[in-house]
Amino acid sequence: MDAHLSERKAQIITKGTGESAIECSKQSLAGSVSQRACVFCGSRVVLYPITDALHIVHGPIGCAAYTWDIRGALSSGRDIYRNSYSTDLREKHVIFGGEKQLYQALSGLIDELKPKAAFVYSTCIVGLIGDDVNAICNKVSREKEIPVLPVQSEGFQGSKKDGYKIACEALLKLVGTKNNKAVSPISLNILGDFNLAGELWMLKDYYEKMGIQINATITGDGRVDDICNAHQAALNVVQCSGSMMHLAKEMKEKYGIPFMKVSYFGIEDMSDALYEVATFFKDDSLMTRAKKLVSEELGKLLPALSFYREKLQGKKAAIYVGGAFKAISLVKALRLIGVQTVVAGSQTGNQDDYKLLTELCDEGTILVDDSNPNELSAFVKETGADIFIGGVKERPIAHKMGLGFCDHNHERKEALAGYEGMLNFAREVYSSATSPVWQFTKLSS
Amino acid sequence: MTAIKRDKPYSSTRNACKLCTPLGACVAFKGVKGCLPLIHGSQGCATYIRRYMISHYREPVDIASSSFSEDAAIFGGNQLFNTGITNIREQYNPEVIAITSTCLSETIGEDIPRLIHEYRSIHAGEELPAFVNASTPSYSGTHLDGFHEAVLALVKTFGVEGPKEEILNLFPGFVSPEDLRYLKDVLEDFGIGYILLPDYSDSLDNPNWTEYTRIPEGGTSITEIARTARAKASIEFGSVFNRGNLPAKAETRKHTLTAGEYLEKKHFVKNYSMPFPMGIKATDRFFETLEEISGKPTPLRHKRERGRLVDAYVDAHKIVFGKRAIVYGEEDLIIGLVGFLDEIGMDNIMVVSGARSGLLEKKLEDATGKSPSGISVLDDGDFETLRETAEGMKPDIFIGSSKGYYITRKLDIPLIRVGFPIHDRFGAQRVMHLGYKGTQQLFDRIVNALMEYKQEKSNVGYKYM
Repeated sequence: MDAHLSERKAQIITKGTGESAIECSKQSLAGSVSQRACVFCGSRVVLYPITDALHIVHGPIGCAAYTWDIRGALSSGRDIYRNSYSTDLREKHVIFGGEKQLYQALSGLIDELKPKAAFVYSTCIVGLIGDDVNAICNKVSREKEIPVLPVQSEGFQGSKKDGYKIACEALLKLVGTKNNKAVSPISLNILGDFNLAGELWMLKDYYEKMGIQINATITGDGRVDDICNAHQAALNVVQCSGSMMHLAKEMKEKYGIPFMKVSYFGIEDMSDALYEVATFFKDDSLMTRAKKLVSEELGKLLPALSFYREKLQGKKAAIYVGGAFKAISLVKALRLIGVQTVVAGSQTGNQDDYKLLTELCDEGTILVDDSNPNELSAFVKETGADIFIGGVKERPIAHKMGLGFCDHNHERKEALAGYEGMLNFAREVYSSATSPVWQFTKLSS
Repeated sequence: MTAIKRDKPYSSTRNACKLCTPLGACVAFKGVKGCLPLIHGSQGCATYIRRYMISHYREPVDIASSSFSEDAAIFGGNQLFNTGITNIREQYNPEVIAITSTCLSETIGEDIPRLIHEYRSIHAGEELPAFVNASTPSYSGTHLDGFHEAVLALVKTFGVEGPKEEILNLFPGFVSPEDLRYLKDVLEDFGIGYILLPDYSDSLDNPNWTEYTRIPEGGTSITEIARTARAKASIEFGSVFNRGNLPAKAETRKHTLTAGEYLEKKHFVKNYSMPFPMGIKATDRFFETLEEISGKPTPLRHKRERGRLVDAYVDAHKIVFGKRAIVYGEEDLIIGLVGFLDEIGMDNIMVVSGARSGLLEKKLEDATGKSPSGISVLDDGDFETLRETAEGMKPDIFIGSSKGYYITRKLDIPLIRVGFPIHDRFGAQRVMHLGYKGTQQLFDRIVNALMEYKQEKSNVGYKYM
């Protein structure tokens, strides 16, 4: 048995071996145990944190059941989004169509919950049974006088990444539909932060301390009204570019709003984000305040980090996350605490991000796109990694191989962004990598 | 017993109290030795089901997907199926590939037995794994239907007629790995040769590994499954089994045999069907059946376990008496739990299941031997309906999966986590439900939850209760 399938060769490279650029953005191979999900998953996960909208999944029960309250995305307002609503299609709907069911479900739930908007997610069979979801959405929207947005996320249409784009399309139908908010010329929208464990609130606090108004947060702690007014901001600041770049580009095209790509993970990237935003507004007072903020935060953080750096020096990490841009930040953040990255990969990274990631990594680092348990387990063994940074599906692989693990996925309940997040990250890596339990797993091998 | 009438006709499911059919089939297939499940559908089905199972079992759960594309959805998935099988062979070299369908592949009319046949002819002469498939469209029934369909598919596909053997088939239903280990201990203590199907006691609860194991050890081998057709008898736990969607199945004339029924009909293996052995009465029935089949008395160890359980019932009877319980989840688990709670003097006030066999009331009556008054029965139910109904009922305790936590948090009452999924506590693989031993553990947990509640709610702060 091979460690990897021959068709996947070009999706795996080792830095410093005269490698060519990694192949990515391909459909997963049939029969491989990809860690990716489907189009529906991509759309659902991006729109999920919009707190005052109804999210209803049109299809049989599975897709709704598996996405019930799964993200660590927090709300400062309503919590409709933490429920799972489904049309729960049955045999008869497969035969006779599910339009009536969808109409009734939507009407009933809108009356009951009074959401500001509704997102209707189509799952695999909806297109096949011929439901005209658009027509139903339009009808209900007219009757209930709220936006009802079809999200055409049939799972088989592509990969999770295609789902992100479809989610952005749904958001674009909201953006620009309202002008009822006082927006300062020094304002921005935060795109691609999902307020996991309240991370968005920390970022908001940083920007506000600099003197910048936060207009819309898309989608962390999201509000439909704010998204409708999002076109009024002066700048879009995009994290998680894989999911949100399409929205940013379209908003630039349509409303002339410039965007910049940032990351909030690790000291370097977090500080760069604040400086770049300050530079954008060409206002010295913003930069002065940004510098003050950074130096205050670092003053607190660096002494605290030195302990972890000392303890973790020489440890090796494997990273496998959703997007390659996040992997870049993680490589830097790990370096800061003395940890070398030996495997770096993502489910849906793009060519540009992989290029940056490859440049950043040390020689000998294995880079991989759309990996699976077999490959990942072989890579950690080959490289002798001590800790794995990934999501819930990677955790048991790490643990079974006797590696520490840090959850850096959308389900996590720990804040890892910003300065405070960097300290949490260091603490989590430390508490896993240096736990005494590994003496037993190492002993038995 | 009264069925709950809804204010409004069913139009949407709000926080489902069920999961989809392929999940159950994958759990069952994980209990077959050397088996890798393949979900014939979109990538997301496999990933979601893996994530859901991983969060419960805290184990690697490899399930392959044929990763349907748009073309496949229109022109059929045979090419992806073939590539998928070949890639699985190359990566996992499994003894068995178990294929489950999905809503997508069923809707476009994929004929999986034909796809398997075609694959076999294309690759004639090669050493191929064994194949088995279960039809599990997610618009039909719940995960429990998927589970039992998979068990049925296994005995149908691999069962081989032959001279009768002195062995017992045990079809335990969807229980925990610890329950499975317990059942094996019981049968070994009795000295009965047995085939337990499925047996994921190792594969979904592995020890730590020194080498990454692509297909975990453990499970019932297909050689063993072959012998199920030659066994002396079968015991199967449950009352509803794969009849979770009986009305619709009757319409589409899908057979609803259980594995035990199939073996009895086809291979004359006597079938003993009984509710989950939970509580003393139901467990007595299980042990009496084992005595009958083996001709041996219950081993002393288990008699003493029973004795200790009775002793515990007596010692804590006042703590549990009259406490109002709401039980939710899979129908067969509910029936087992209600029988147990009934015999310790708790008041079952409501049961809720997302399944819609239409059998729940009747089977509850059969299991408890009476028509328990005061129970509201909600089938085809969901958690929001449960929440709305429970608020006026003044329950003292909930018993079910993790997913009811948001309601008990609001009601400020204890939740005893049983069944699947347990996503917010540690050790779900080791939670016991069955037999004198499992009942003892459940009983202790319930008693302690009630004591803790009383202690925490009291102004006094007793440290001696």
